[in-house]
Amino acid sequence: MNLAYRDIKHNLGRFLLTCFGLSLLLGVVLSMIGIYRGLVDDALTLVRAPNADIWVVETGTLGPFAEASRIPGNTREDIARIAGVTAAGAMNFQSVQTQRHGQELRLYVVGYELGHPGGPINIVEGRNIGRDRYEAVADLGLGVKTGETLQLGRTAFKIVGLTEGMVASGGDPLLYMTLRDSQQLQFELSPSAVRKERARGARPGSADTVNAVVAQVSANIAPETVVQDIKRWKHLAAMSQVEQETLLTQSVVDRARKQIGLFTAILLVVSAVIIALIVYTMTMDKIREIATLKLIGAPDRTIIGMVIQQSVAMGVIGFGFGALLIVNIKDYFPRRVVLQPEDGLALAGVILIVCLLSSALGVRLALKIDPASAMGG
Amino acid sequence: MTTTPQSPLIELKHISKHYGEGETRVDALRDVSLEVYPGQVIGLLGPSGSGKTTLLNIIGCIVEASSGWAKLDGDVIYDNAWMKSDLRRLRLDKVGFIFQFHNLLPFLNSMENVSVVLDLAGVPADRAKQRAQELLEYLEVGHRRDAYPAHLSGGEAQRVAIARALANNPRIILADEPTAALDSERALIVMKLLRKLAVEQDAAVLAVTHDEKIYDQFDRIFHVRDGQLVTED
Ligand SMILES: Nc1ncnc2c1ncn2[C@@H]1O[C@H](COP(=O)(O)OP(=O)(O)O)[C@@H](O)[C@H]1O
Ligand SMILES: [Mg+2]
Repeated sequence: MNLAYRDIKHNLGRFLLTCFGLSLLLGVVLSMIGIYRGLVDDALTLVRAPNADIWVVETGTLGPFAEASRIPGNTREDIARIAGVTAAGAMNFQSVQTQRHGQELRLYVVGYELGHPGGPINIVEGRNIGRDRYEAVADLGLGVKTGETLQLGRTAFKIVGLTEGMVASGGDPLLYMTLRDSQQLQFELSPSAVRKERARGARPGSADTVNAVVAQVSANIAPETVVQDIKRWKHLAAMSQVEQETLLTQSVVDRARKQIGLFTAILLVVSAVIIALIVYTMTMDKIREIATLKLIGAPDRTIIGMVIQQSVAMGVIGFGFGALLIVNIKDYFPRRVVLQPEDGLALAGVILIVCLLSSALGVRLALKIDPASAMGG
Repeated sequence: MTTTPQSPLIELKHISKHYGEGETRVDALRDVSLEVYPGQVIGLLGPSGSGKTTLLNIIGCIVEASSGWAKLDGDVIYDNAWMKSDLRRLRLDKVGFIFQFHNLLPFLNSMENVSVVLDLAGVPADRAKQRAQELLEYLEVGHRRDAYPAHLSGGEAQRVAIARALANNPRIILADEPTAALDSERALIVMKLLRKLAVEQDAAVLAVTHDEKIYDQFDRIFHVRDGQLVTED
């Protein structure tokens, strides 16, 4: 006869309510981890999309994401000529805010050269950009449809295709357009500013600047040797894809990781305290029953088993509910929540340990209960 | 009534018990000696605080005496200190308790409240169930086997508790005001039942009571006053 189970069954409503409360807490812990994973994933989406081996940026900078980087537009041709480089493409990146149906829309514009690396991937609807001007591929996260026109600055862009899951490290959905369009968007001045410049006698500034050049090298050449080659140009810096990813994880994600890590740790401590308190009160509520059990001759292991089993059952059910909850609502989060089975397992392990440690408090109490206290009133 | 040549089931010599020390010292029992033989039903009478519960607790190995000597069913269990390590096992096998308030486990039904002690003693589940059923029927609460304690009347609960106390065929039955929660008619039924058990199973019954109507159910009555036993025949 399993006493832990019988006791739970007898107070099922209360037990389930407790488990439900715990599941909300554990759900939050799990979503924190998922949010962090999503953050890392999102941050790397943009940098992985061009399938580059090398990033060429302005000398002395860690561009184009961690720092601003500006290099001449013709850099791509110089890079493409280096031995071992199979393809290269110039790229522009900028955050843009616009309005659509009266709503503010934040997006991250990626400009690339047609026929060169850097274009959109994961196109789930429509087609890629086919013309050099005024076409764009947007991410589903932006909420626009194919065929729709989107007004950016003074230019209207026709959305010809949609990608899925393409976001910048800040979580803003990506909008791909040709380099020329994005340069115009970046450098065009308002009409009044242009008139003022003209009046000053200045020529319209050179807009042929890009933020980075991505390059792919042939498989039999180490990217590092090409990186060394590029560094001979005094105005350029270069880093391999691995370096770029590490940089991004460190500079962009590291603070978020510490923040979320700390928060997760705090939540875990809170969960542990709460579980310990619940187990303690569950034991307190059973003092008389435990005294009776001791009196009729139940050994300590029966009583310890009862406390531990209930505590673990609570943890398992609470975690199960919590995981189920988050799996079902994760897509409604404003940012991506990535739930990895190994994270779930790790948390389950931690919760199990927490439950066992927490039951120690209850067990201590249970063992101290004097069987004589069951006698009399 | 029953004078048997057998050796006593309960034997206490010069048992004393005090709680606390110095200013707060309470002498609950002073130099108590007692012998109870198989088949005997002993009544304990006395005002509140006189030491009756303490005496039962010492015999039931729930409370350790301060000094003296005690033997239960042939085993010396106390000689100025515990002489046995597994007191709970001893309790499980040899002692049945009936409390003033029934003390049934609220999360088990009547049947399980009885079979749990058999289960703890290692009796296989089906045999435990069968024996529990028999005991409940014997105590005329067989029809309440699936009811939980909260749904039992005072008398029914007390009879389930008695069934539990008897489940492992203990030779020593300790009852602390077993009839206090019952009306006198039911109290008499319960006492007669304990009598019957003592005779049929060769057990010793030691019961605390205030109920004058059941005095004639006892073979002997001891009065407890200030922690001392006074015989009255
Ligand atoms: N655990 C205890 N700690 C201190 N004093 C106690 C304890 N149990 C009983 N006593 C004291 O011992 C005396 C005898 O108590 P008890 O055996 O319960 O008497 P009765 O059952 O006859 O009412 C009382 O004075 C009581 O206050
Ligand atoms: Mg008492």
